[in-house]
Amino acid sequence: MTQALVLGWDRTVLELKMYAREKESVFFSFLSPILLLTLFAVVFAAQVDEQARSNGMNAARYFLPGMAAVGVLLTSFQTVALTVALERDDGTLKRLRSTPMSPVSYFLGKVGLVLLSSVAQLALLLVVARLAFDVQLPTDASRWRTLGWVFTLSAFAGTVLGIAYSSIASARSIGVVVAGPLLVLQFISGVFIPFENVPDWLKQLAAIFPLKWIAQGMRSVFYPDSMATKEMAGAWEHSRIALVLTLWAVSGLVLCVTTFRWFRRGSV
Amino acid sequence: MTVAVTIRGLTKSYGGRATVDRLDLQVRTGEIFALLGPNGAGKTTTVEILEGFRQRDGGEVDVLGADPGRADRAWRNRIGIVLQSTGGLDLLTVREVLRSTARAYSEPRRVDEVVESVGLADKADARISSLSGGQRRRLDVALGIVGRPELLFLDEPTTGFDPQARRDFWELIRGLGGAGGTTILLTTHYLDEAEQLADRVGVIAAGRMLAVDTPDQLGGRDSQQATVSWEEHGQRRLLRTDYPTAQVARLGARFGGEVPGLVVSRPSLEDTYLTLIAPHVHDLQVQEVPA
Repeated sequence: MTQALVLGWDRTVLELKMYAREKESVFFSFLSPILLLTLFAVVFAAQVDEQARSNGMNAARYFLPGMAAVGVLLTSFQTVALTVALERDDGTLKRLRSTPMSPVSYFLGKVGLVLLSSVAQLALLLVVARLAFDVQLPTDASRWRTLGWVFTLSAFAGTVLGIAYSSIASARSIGVVVAGPLLVLQFISGVFIPFENVPDWLKQLAAIFPLKWIAQGMRSVFYPDSMATKEMAGAWEHSRIALVLTLWAVSGLVLCVTTFRWFRRGSV
Repeated sequence: MTVAVTIRGLTKSYGGRATVDRLDLQVRTGEIFALLGPNGAGKTTTVEILEGFRQRDGGEVDVLGADPGRADRAWRNRIGIVLQSTGGLDLLTVREVLRSTARAYSEPRRVDEVVESVGLADKADARISSLSGGQRRRLDVALGIVGRPELLFLDEPTTGFDPQARRDFWELIRGLGGAGGTTILLTTHYLDEAEQLADRVGVIAAGRMLAVDTPDQLGGRDSQQATVSWEEHGQRRLLRTDYPTAQVARLGARFGGEVPGLVVSRPSLEDTYLTLIAPHVHDLQVQEVPA
């Protein structure tokens, strides 16, 4: 087990090196959430009413939790599903399989890469929100602690689900197979459209998937407490967020361990 | 004599067609064994079963004392596999990939030593994307041997090499086998490669082992008649004989010295190979060349 951890860290370092050397990809993965936040802040600036303003809200603060939630889900679920499918296709996984390395180390390498890169992306997003859009960031430790567990749980669940999801499609089709459902989720989970404006039956649908809960957790971190009344349950529901995300994380882990394929479909 | 690999009655079918059909094979510890056969003969399937990458349908397989179908990581620690060049490494350097791979093994070779032995010392810190095809293949070998394997699998290692690169590569493999102590099982469809490298060769076609022997005795090569040919009266003369030495001596006496254009030959490995596989390969015509 210790060896799996040591090799897991070694894989993390290797993954980080590869990630950092793909400069265009780094640039856009850091830029996209900032670009989106800017867009929403500018387009919806006029729609924030006086009462909300007096409460410390502005358009950027309104969309910040959604951007943070999408950021962590894209970096974990989307990136991991795509790269694992690619690594299965180009023989990287077969090469790793031919060594005595435990598959756990490979998974840990992915988790490590996702955690470190998405922390950096979130940090940059928060800095830009604070400096460029004058968003009031939380000052009390308990909110930062909430951010800590929501973020970690989301990144972990997203990563293991991404690994599991990568097995359902080939490297050629995985892009569409991942992006399609994610886009739908972004629209119904309170990321682009405020959650209170989503029809009830779609809310129910969204509540099955993790993104709605990640976004809700992020809102509880970045919104004033008075906004909690606008939630479905009229409260932030931290324990339910933790429960749903944990369920997804555990099922993802079980799925990725039981259904993981080292080889391209049809090649063995 | 100890044995590294034993296969008895191995079968594997895809879509009702037997790719490997009751195949038998033994590879001795420390030898270089070449598996020869046309495309689709079942070489790769057989080797992938030995590597633990595919499950067999039937038969017995023993690789270093274990069934590769149920092999664990301790077993993987003792074997090395030189895969067809894989992608996904382009962004890393030779040293980074080797160091990371070496860590997975209990008693790896030193990375510098491996880099040196495959002739990549001056490329050790180069991105893998900058390597030439031959250098890339050397890296594949480096990855296969960095864990100090007892048994090394090489699948068509020199496909696409230029002649000099192939000779260099053979030198590298000879150094690992023999005195190097590594048992090597390689597949190839180059006959000169098998002849140069292998202690023994096995010819496989239609999933069956047709013959196993040393390269110079395969298919009774050594006991077949030799052909003696020479120039006489402006014409090429050919003679098949069991006693080429006596024949040459007679010719020498007749010409009173040098025999013009003298050639003494035995059936080449290629002749023997083509004769062996002919019944199993439909689109291949082996023509008897009249003496």
